[in-house]
Amino acid sequence: MAIAQRTIVLGVAGLLLALVPPIAALTNQPFYVDLFRRMMIFAIAAVSLDLILGYGGMVSFGHAAYLGIGAYAVGIPAFHGIDNGFLQWSLAIVASALTALVMGAISLRTSGVYFIMITLAFAQMLYYLGISLETYGGDNGMRLAARSKFGGPIDLDRPMVFYYVVLAILVLFLVLGGRLVESRFGMVIRAAKSNEPRARAIGFSPFRYKLTAFVVAGSAGGLAGALLANQTEYLTPEFMHWTRSGEIMFMVILGGMGTLVGPVIGAVVLLLLEDVLSALTAHWQIILGPFLVLVVLFAKRGLFGLLLGAASRDG
Amino acid sequence: MAKTLLAVRGLSKRFGGLLASDRIDLDVVRGETHAIIGPNGAGKTTLIGQLAGDLRPDAGAIRFAGRDVTGFDAPLRSRLGLARSFQITSIFRDFSALDNVALAVQAHRGGNFRFWRSARDERALREPARVVLDSVGLGTRAGVLAAHLAHGEQRQLEIAMALATEPRLLLLDEPVAGMGLEESQRMVSLLGTLKGRITIVLVEHDMDAVFSLADRISVMVYGRIIATGTPPEVRSNAEVRRAYLGEDATP
Repeated sequence: MAIAQRTIVLGVAGLLLALVPPIAALTNQPFYVDLFRRMMIFAIAAVSLDLILGYGGMVSFGHAAYLGIGAYAVGIPAFHGIDNGFLQWSLAIVASALTALVMGAISLRTSGVYFIMITLAFAQMLYYLGISLETYGGDNGMRLAARSKFGGPIDLDRPMVFYYVVLAILVLFLVLGGRLVESRFGMVIRAAKSNEPRARAIGFSPFRYKLTAFVVAGSAGGLAGALLANQTEYLTPEFMHWTRSGEIMFMVILGGMGTLVGPVIGAVVLLLLEDVLSALTAHWQIILGPFLVLVVLFAKRGLFGLLLGAASRDG
Repeated sequence: MAKTLLAVRGLSKRFGGLLASDRIDLDVVRGETHAIIGPNGAGKTTLIGQLAGDLRPDAGAIRFAGRDVTGFDAPLRSRLGLARSFQITSIFRDFSALDNVALAVQAHRGGNFRFWRSARDERALREPARVVLDSVGLGTRAGVLAAHLAHGEQRQLEIAMALATEPRLLLLDEPVAGMGLEESQRMVSLLGTLKGRITIVLVEHDMDAVFSLADRISVMVYGRIIATGTPPEVRSNAEVRRAYLGEDATP
């Protein structure tokens, strides 16, 4: 029952997202291609955070670090004239994975507030590192010299092509993530989230599984960062600022923790609200804030939980 | 000594000014049900914690199945065949009863770095879990969310999880605590079916349960084991009567 509803929500959401470019073209509103592409990029980051936050109980407050690493992994080579996308994106994934490995190896030895603070501190450290990179614009950031090049029909300078590349990555990641959380591996991190002493008592040593999940999530965050740099054609240390980490976390909580699809909805709704509300008033955060509080208070499983009702409860 | 499954020597653990374990020596013989009784605060749960690997002793050694496991952590000891239940029910509340047991099976089968196939579709995990769940009498409750089980059923589920790890030694910390008469009778008869097949260390306050299950009893007072013996021996031990059962107690 829950599976069927989940599949329907997924299918409808995917179809709607796939229809955005033709509709935007028909209504002559190319801006929406840009907006929804941005949403999907943040959705990838939010889904990757959900893997460790919603399923692993790891409240990582430094997820924006990977956005920055991914963005600089595109921007710095581009600055030096290397615009091969395969190279740049691989670099984004590997560099993020290594960062996650170090960050996780240290932070996962702690829990609770300490875990949050260490991940936050790590991300802020990278933020200041970004500021200190004078060659690459320091705190002003720099313009992306050129979008990543892949050759053939994959030309990111064509908005539609870029859009569908992002959509494909998002869908692929959702499918992979969906398998992962139901797999043996996924069960280990979910068990550790549910009751770590019990998980240890039946013979699981959660640390290495949590660390692996942390690295997987970081890699995906890095890929999102590479996409973001191509999206904005500009990169700044702001990508790594802690408020950005908070924003990604909000997308997860708003959409529904531990649902994977929820964070996609969260990313879409949050960015849409920002867009709509900021057009209405300069003090749009005054409206957004209470809305978020209400969702957190009244929808335990976020917007996705509201959509599915009780059927969304599942381990 | 080949018959000894668990050998504890000189185990000591101090919490600030409190000596919770005071040079404890304990031998658990293969196949026996060994109860540990004693008044509240005697250090029984601290002892279980050290045996399970959750607490590091300050001094002393624990040998299990011929190996020194003193430095091993809880997951490692579990994989060597040391299973436990907790004093306060400890289950995966947001998973079904069957999931709970299947997780215990999985923990001992390895292969936890499999990312693709759904663990809930794996017969190798589900079938053994179902057998164990049936054996503790929860077969009809397999699909129920663990949080929604009655208290007694949750305790049975804990036993099922421990059994699913195919343990050589079962550490039970007050398995009938907080149960009504009927529930506790059901638990005692369940433990009775395990008796002899699995070596059991049983910490329990319920004297009916202890005297109906235990082959031997060790009595703990103030972090020390003051007596070990068969139920009649312990019952007639003068020091035990004075320290614990009360002068005129006739358990």
